[in-house]
Amino acid sequence: MGTIFALQLVGIVLALAAGVLVVLWKVLHFRPRHVVAVLEVLGGVIVGMLTRDRWGEVFDTIRRNKLRTLLTAVSVGWGIFVMIVLLGMGHGLNNGARYSFRRQATSAIFFNANKTSVPYAGYGLGRRITFNNRDYDAAKKLPGVAHLSGQYYLHGGQFGGGEMKVQRGVKSNAFEIDAVHPGAYYVSSNEIVQGRYLNDTDVAGLRKVCVIGRPVRDFLFGNEDPMGQWIDIGDVAFEVVGVFSSEAGEEQERAISIPISTAQLAFNGSDHLGSLMVTVGDSTTAKQAGELADKVVGQLAASHQFSSADKQAVRVFNTVEASEGFRMLFFAISVFVVVIGCGTLLAGVVGVSNIMMISVKERTREIGIRKALGATPHSIIAMIVQEAVFLTSIAGLLGLVAGVIALEIIPRLAESELIRDPSVDIRVGVLAAAGLVVAGALAGYVPARAAARVNPVHTLRDQ
Amino acid sequence: MRWLARAVSASLVSDVLRLDKVNKFYRVGTHSLHALRDVDFVVNDGEFVAIMGASGSGKSTLLNILGILDDYDSGEYRLGDTLIRDLTEKKAANYRNRFIGFVFQSFNLLPFKTALENVALPLYYQGITRRKRNQIAAQYLERVGLRDWAEHTPSEMSGGQKQRVAIARALISKPRLILADEPTGALDSETSRQIMDLLTEINRSGITVLIVTHDSEVAARCQRTIRLRDGQVVESMIADAHQHRPVA
Repeated sequence: MGTIFALQLVGIVLALAAGVLVVLWKVLHFRPRHVVAVLEVLGGVIVGMLTRDRWGEVFDTIRRNKLRTLLTAVSVGWGIFVMIVLLGMGHGLNNGARYSFRRQATSAIFFNANKTSVPYAGYGLGRRITFNNRDYDAAKKLPGVAHLSGQYYLHGGQFGGGEMKVQRGVKSNAFEIDAVHPGAYYVSSNEIVQGRYLNDTDVAGLRKVCVIGRPVRDFLFGNEDPMGQWIDIGDVAFEVVGVFSSEAGEEQERAISIPISTAQLAFNGSDHLGSLMVTVGDSTTAKQAGELADKVVGQLAASHQFSSADKQAVRVFNTVEASEGFRMLFFAISVFVVVIGCGTLLAGVVGVSNIMMISVKERTREIGIRKALGATPHSIIAMIVQEAVFLTSIAGLLGLVAGVIALEIIPRLAESELIRDPSVDIRVGVLAAAGLVVAGALAGYVPARAAARVNPVHTLRDQ
Repeated sequence: MRWLARAVSASLVSDVLRLDKVNKFYRVGTHSLHALRDVDFVVNDGEFVAIMGASGSGKSTLLNILGILDDYDSGEYRLGDTLIRDLTEKKAANYRNRFIGFVFQSFNLLPFKTALENVALPLYYQGITRRKRNQIAAQYLERVGLRDWAEHTPSEMSGGQKQRVAIARALISKPRLILADEPTGALDSETSRQIMDLLTEINRSGITVLIVTHDSEVAARCQRTIRLRDGQVVESMIADAHQHRPVA
């Protein structure tokens, strides 16, 4: 998120800078000493803003020139509006991506034992592969592995542990049983809400302990405290040491985790493992994760005598690769959206400067009259700049508000999994609006300066 | 001894406006146009003077310089006791505001302001509050006979009325000098006569009036005519007081 925010800021600053440069380039002859003049004028504008009289002059001209006012306001307001909506949508797209990935760890690699599809070392194809505890120990030694867990499938099979009957007193129900190492905690999105998770001592000591999901607790214990109580899983009694919840929803919570060693002993598993799960550090790239997965598969192939090129013997699901692909896609979309948003802003800046220039041309006569009556060039420039600042601020504010409202309304009109909670960082919006005001002031300043130089007699002599 | 002569003359007759060998060149590419050649004249306090000349005679250039809207290249231009030369834009604007009231052929009122607001505008640039300047402006509108037109915009007024508003606007800052550029050029003869009557009346109240015109009838109503040809003063004629007659 930090990256996107920084990107937005940089984009907006670049767009504004480019807009201002375009304006200056269009009118030419902008020199450093003018910066001093601009500051002086801005001082004049600020003083002017405090006097009701200057506002009277500004409102007079605005009232009198409704079309010009409208054009300026629309061009600024529209620019801000589109930018806010696009940035918000980009943000929503990002949220959507995050939401669809919330069920899965984005740093886990899963290895499921399966059947061979290539003959190897004298064996035919179709041979069933089963992992064992030595594979777990071997994988644990690989560099790059942050956390590791095996899982023993209680009923054999390919996926998951399978359900077993769980009983406490007269209450009984079937729940999913996960026989895992303590490392499994990092693979799942489970959170401990009471007590603790499984630990290495549980595994080493073949302890009969279990960690139950929230719905399991509610079903078996109601309002009772489950800690230290015993439940029967199959025919074996386990002590409850913890309760977990999961962001991924109730389905995921209707489960019980038990130490893998205890399960292997109690449920006739010898040293078999159905799958291995590895997590990698946050900074691991998709490429590194892929290499690690290849190494794990290589070790498995060596110990179980199958071809390491056999894609079927071990099924690998690499969430790092998968999520990185999506992340890149959404990042690219975000960048695209920011570019378009800033482009719109740029168009707004150029539009404002255009309108200001036309407006000033149109007002040459008025400016000539004012000069003949004793207006100083600064007061002329300050008046025009103040008008520009006033118009762009009001229009920018309206665009900002309209954009935020649109971001509230759009998700209600079009329900989509892809876009979720579109919103825009208010700092970004304010910066864009403020930037546009400054750009508007500059856009007004340059032609106003030219206009303040007009010779009244030349402009006023002929009709 | 020239300084002595000047000091003596200054003490005898106070002058509003004094031009001393004023020259002005326009550079157009490699050419240089000598727009004003050693222009010398004095306008005394309370005078009513016409400046005449064909187009291209340097009238506009002179008007620009007199109105502190343009600089000159050599010589001296004094407005009262003040030497007008190489002023900053701010100072020039200030002098314009305080010393000079402009009246134009095409009136040059701001179309989106009422008569009252137009008249009050010079006082805005003096920093006088809205209430105060509208009060003063109402007095000046009354003086030109347009009290009932205060809230009308220029588009609702006749040419003569507009010029009266413009004259009221020129008077409001109590200038020492009214510079009128073809003030009757856009008006019919009857209205022209009325406007000239008004300017004459203003002059009689003690304000110096300078009219740039090519209309000899208008010039005839002034006390003195300065003629320009090719950037030079060719004649500075004092009109016979008995020649004053209406423009017909």
